[in-house]
Amino acid sequence: MRDGVPSTSAQSALRRLRRRPEAWLLAVILIVGTIFSLTARDFLSLPNIIDLLETYSVQAIMAMGLFVVLVSGGIDISFAATASVAQYCAALLASQLGLPAPLVILAGLAVGGILGCLNALLIHYVRITSIIATIAMMSVSFSLLMYFSGGKSIYTLPDWWTDRIVFWQTETESGDLVRITLPIVAMVVVTLFTWAWMTRSSAGRQLYAMGGNAEAARRIGINIGRLQFVAYGYLGLMAAIAGMLQAHRVGESVPNAMYNTELAVLSAAVLGGASLTGGIGTVPGVLLGIVLLAILQNGLNLLGVSSYFFQIVIGITILASTSLTVISSRRGRRHRILAEAPANG
Amino acid sequence: MADLTNNLNSGLSELMSRLRSGVPGGHAGLMALLIILVLGFSVFVPNFASVGTLQSFMYQLPLLGLLSLAMMAPLLTGGLNLAIIATTNQSALLMAFIMRTMITPESSAGTTGTVILLALVAGLALCLLIGLATGMLIAYTGVHPILITLGTKSLIDGISIYLTRGMALSGVPEAFARTGAATVIGIPLVFVLLVIVALIVSIVLRRTPFGIACAMIGSNIEATRYSAIDTRRVLVGVYTMSSLICFFAALVMLATFNSASADYAQSYLLVTILAAVLGGVDPFGGFGTVGGLMLALAILQVISSGFNQFGLSNYLTVAIWGGILIFVAMAQTMRPYLAGLLPPRGGSPK
Repeated sequence: MRDGVPSTSAQSALRRLRRRPEAWLLAVILIVGTIFSLTARDFLSLPNIIDLLETYSVQAIMAMGLFVVLVSGGIDISFAATASVAQYCAALLASQLGLPAPLVILAGLAVGGILGCLNALLIHYVRITSIIATIAMMSVSFSLLMYFSGGKSIYTLPDWWTDRIVFWQTETESGDLVRITLPIVAMVVVTLFTWAWMTRSSAGRQLYAMGGNAEAARRIGINIGRLQFVAYGYLGLMAAIAGMLQAHRVGESVPNAMYNTELAVLSAAVLGGASLTGGIGTVPGVLLGIVLLAILQNGLNLLGVSSYFFQIVIGITILASTSLTVISSRRGRRHRILAEAPANG
Repeated sequence: MADLTNNLNSGLSELMSRLRSGVPGGHAGLMALLIILVLGFSVFVPNFASVGTLQSFMYQLPLLGLLSLAMMAPLLTGGLNLAIIATTNQSALLMAFIMRTMITPESSAGTTGTVILLALVAGLALCLLIGLATGMLIAYTGVHPILITLGTKSLIDGISIYLTRGMALSGVPEAFARTGAATVIGIPLVFVLLVIVALIVSIVLRRTPFGIACAMIGSNIEATRYSAIDTRRVLVGVYTMSSLICFFAALVMLATFNSASADYAQSYLLVTILAAVLGGVDPFGGFGTVGGLMLALAILQVISSGFNQFGLSNYLTVAIWGGILIFVAMAQTMRPYLAGLLPPRGGSPK
């Protein structure tokens, strides 16, 4: 209310847009993209973009799961460990016991889902703060994985797992082969599903309500406990999918391959406007966060900038973009949430 | 009226005592756990109860201890400093670099001493700078500390990795390394350093207006601001303090490893949070004591040393650390139910 009633609808639309973190992020991506496409010749080429999509599909899928947990007002640090455990268990079943594909995939998903639900159990029933519970779970599950696996990788994955699955392919004029492969399709499916689920289903809307104000949500009859299991279980499933896809991409299962990716995924999600306090965030925003990190890394690589330099850029990006979005949306944030429903749509 | 004032006074003093002592009754449980662990290991692990174990314990504890102290100060205000390891590593790298480039084998004892002093001052200045910058970013943008420190961690790590190309810097002068390994009446110097820093932090957090303000911010930052406390200045102070503790951690790191690198001790980051929470620091801020933290650290280190001597893998130790944290958190949740079964002890209800 502080900034008065907008005089025209165009002005108000512009103002609304300015307050959405996604708009800022998109602007930054466009600027960075333009700079790279002018300076790095291959940046905008189809093969490069497809390659980029495939490289970041694993992180994007995990980010979708993390996004759901963030919206519900929690946080999870353990998903990278969950992904490794699910991947390794599935790989063991496939290579040692020679189980058929559907069983192995089901088992992997089950491991991920169970680990996620275990988090929810600790958070909801034992009432441990989510960050602490998931840090503890991460230590336990990852360390046990390293202990029992002895850090040994599994190279003998069956063919159905490691063979590339190509959905569509074409050849560019320059003779490069462009292929839409399974990880990309999986990422698109997961993203679309998460978006539809969070915006069009009652469970999704209840998750937003819970993240916004858990007590208020409880009083209007939302089952908080069930939603905790839904959110963390969903992240567990996504982590398992991401873990198995990662093994599919590299053709082997390395127990600590995904270790330490949790902070990168978390920064992508919050770059995209998912609030750490819950209730705020959108699927397109999170996706844009991933895209920004991806094109930064890729563009700098193509420009021949040392890969050692990359982390500096990430740090500056996180600092600049979070500060900018907070400062730009600080005015009238409450007003926006109350008055304009699409803020989380 | 007199009643009201009395009530108010007793309420206030109770609040102050709670602010000063952290979660009531938490230490007894930790102490019991520690004693059980020590006794258990002494019985089951041969040679556990020996001077050698105690000494290795005192050599291993300081690094994790100092880092946990650095994590605890922001945790008390309801924040988090994910950049502590990065800060420590960069400070150690800077000191190692100065000592390595400016000391040649021919330099006299005098110049060596001056250079070491210069290196220490530079390392301290770097930590001060990082702390001030982090604190100001957090206090003046209002962005969640997890995000800011995630950014500063990336940035600091990035700079360290870029400048060193991921290599370790060795070549710490003999004099420095010898001091690091020195003992005072059998107690390693690094352990003495930990005790001194812990005492200072404890006094600052419990006995100064600044420390009380930290705990108040952790409980309710808005209410603190309305109590005419400059919360921004306190926040800058907390992150500066956290960063300065990292300087001492860097000293310990240089002294024990005799080298510095951008990726030393990275796995300690989450362990420090684990230790702080295990020691009764409320992750939402407001409550926690240095004493509790030290007890928790002792428990973690005893488990680690015990299992090491037992011949178990390091990974299993970390898994058990995580399990202990879950167990303690469960015990804290269950306490109200258990308290209902036991006769009341007259403590303040929590």
